[in-house]
Amino acid sequence: MSVAAPEHDLATVREQAAQRFMQLGWPTTQWEEWRYTNVSSLAKTPWRRAEPSASVPEKSRHPEAAAELVFVNGNLVESRGGQGIVASRPELDRHFARYADYQRHPFTALNTANSTDGALIVIPDGAVVEGFIHILFVGDGDGVWSHPHNVIVAGRNSQVTVVETYVGTGAYFTNTVTEIVAGDGAVVDHYKIECESLAASHIATLQIHQERSSSVTSRQISLGGGLVRNEVNVALAGEGASVTLDGLFALTGTQHVDNHTVIDHVKPHCTSLELYKGVLDGKSRGIFDGRIVVREGAQKTSSRQTNHNLLLSETAIVDSKPTLEILNDDVKCNHGSTIGQLNEEALFYLRARGIEEAEARSLLVLAFAGEIIDRMKVDAVRTHVRRVMFEAMPQHLPKRPGETR
Amino acid sequence: MLDIKNLHAGIEGKEILHGLTLHVGTGEVHAIMGPNGSGKSTLANVLAGRPKYEVSSGSVTFEGKDLLAMKTEERAREGVFLAMQYPVEIPGVNNVYFLKAAVNAVRKHQGLEEYDAMEFLQIARDKMKLVDLDEAFINRGVNEGFSGGEKKRNEIFQMAVLDPKLAILDETDSGLDIDALKIVANGVNTLRSEKHSVLVITHYQRLLSYLVPDFVHVLAEGRIVKSGGKELAEELEQRGYEWIEQEVATAR
Repeated sequence: MSVAAPEHDLATVREQAAQRFMQLGWPTTQWEEWRYTNVSSLAKTPWRRAEPSASVPEKSRHPEAAAELVFVNGNLVESRGGQGIVASRPELDRHFARYADYQRHPFTALNTANSTDGALIVIPDGAVVEGFIHILFVGDGDGVWSHPHNVIVAGRNSQVTVVETYVGTGAYFTNTVTEIVAGDGAVVDHYKIECESLAASHIATLQIHQERSSSVTSRQISLGGGLVRNEVNVALAGEGASVTLDGLFALTGTQHVDNHTVIDHVKPHCTSLELYKGVLDGKSRGIFDGRIVVREGAQKTSSRQTNHNLLLSETAIVDSKPTLEILNDDVKCNHGSTIGQLNEEALFYLRARGIEEAEARSLLVLAFAGEIIDRMKVDAVRTHVRRVMFEAMPQHLPKRPGETR
Repeated sequence: MLDIKNLHAGIEGKEILHGLTLHVGTGEVHAIMGPNGSGKSTLANVLAGRPKYEVSSGSVTFEGKDLLAMKTEERAREGVFLAMQYPVEIPGVNNVYFLKAAVNAVRKHQGLEEYDAMEFLQIARDKMKLVDLDEAFINRGVNEGFSGGEKKRNEIFQMAVLDPKLAILDETDSGLDIDALKIVANGVNTLRSEKHSVLVITHYQRLLSYLVPDFVHVLAEGRIVKSGGKELAEELEQRGYEWIEQEVATAR
């Protein structure tokens, strides 16, 4: 791994990040990258830190995980398993805030300045972690903010699956940053299951740095939260690296979820596959704003970017903006997006066989979302996501007899 | 079983059925034949309750109940089945899951015990043989990637599993080769009993050689203009529809 590690003093970094946030300020809709999402409500709230108070909801845990870390209001409260995974302080110092750019991103600066706890996962070269590592974040209480900062370092030819879950109650604000560094040949499967309280705000940045021949999959599932922003930034910095970005947002009520992704093809022979799907009901608003940059030196790039959206109501809104910036002519890239409604013919077909209209709609919604859900490899998480989706949209989602809940 | 009286119906403000009257008794097989645009598919869709079709006047009773007052799914649960002219593909909705949900919705409504997974699979396997569908189909999406003939056979397969009181076949024979036609006819013949009624809507006489109807009706310009036995179908095959249309015109 080519990580330069000179003096990198954490206190200094925090101080610089705090100063940078003061300079940048809260983003406004005047900023091109924030044109769809207004965070003025966040800027006006006098946020405070809080001690862990809530009990941890049992149904959000994953007892079958190889290791589990639980944070309440940003404070580490439990840690199970993970020998040889949680690394020493020097590792954190080496990697902390090296990839997620606090110079450009105000929320990353805010996080870097304020973060206290987070998961540091370091997988040694050649190690394969069986099962998955679960990191659970619980938010609790109005006016409380937290700034988890996670660092996942996968050594050469190592393999790991990490699942982040976000839940909570109240009008709190989670501002989270996760940095993933995939060394040569490393395989990382990362899940972010966002099931925050509907009154909560959730701003998340996932920064992925990939070395030669590494393979990273990111699955961003957004089911909860009132105001949500998911940023995924990928740097394909080694030849032959590949990244898959899967996203699913299923919204109702007045939820607002803004998905913002940037894939930077720096080196030749890299592959990126991106598929985000949105299901929007009520007066919800969803955004897909994806950019793929293929640099001059990134020949033989292969890239596909797709966003499909399903509108279930006449008052839901979706904006889809896939963008390609190609700076060399030896690439294979395509992108596209669709916005549609439930297929009336299919709905009639199901009803004509005796299936209740509400259940027929649910079956079709689930069929649409299933493309993302079904390819989630961790059984427990896949089942969990399907269940939460049912709960979030009871009027649309069917009972599935026989399925473990 | 089915009583249609003076039915006026259409789509998007355009009336297509102009006073159709038809009685289908229990255990009877009726064929409705007619040229394109005569209103055959409109009739099928109105009976099944497809949205956008509007009934302006007339009545349809099914086993004494007002069929037109029922929602689409209620009609199915009461025992009305429409084999669609153009079965839609529904990727992501699993065939077996869908059909089990459907058959259990129907059975529950009719006060019968719901099938468990094992019972259902056994029945599904038996019925698949009947229509010569490969078992691999059962775990695919509904009609996903099926050929035209496979889709039609899947309709008959679903009919066989759902065991409806009244089956309506909307041009199920169109586009089928002779082997598929025989399979479809065989599927319907298996359903035939003194408790089951069938309404076969078709443009051609072909299917009726294998699926011999008790009654044949000719639909033209939104009305039944002629009724008879199975020999009427043969006459139509030989002479076409023009002579009927002329008769109608003369009578006016």
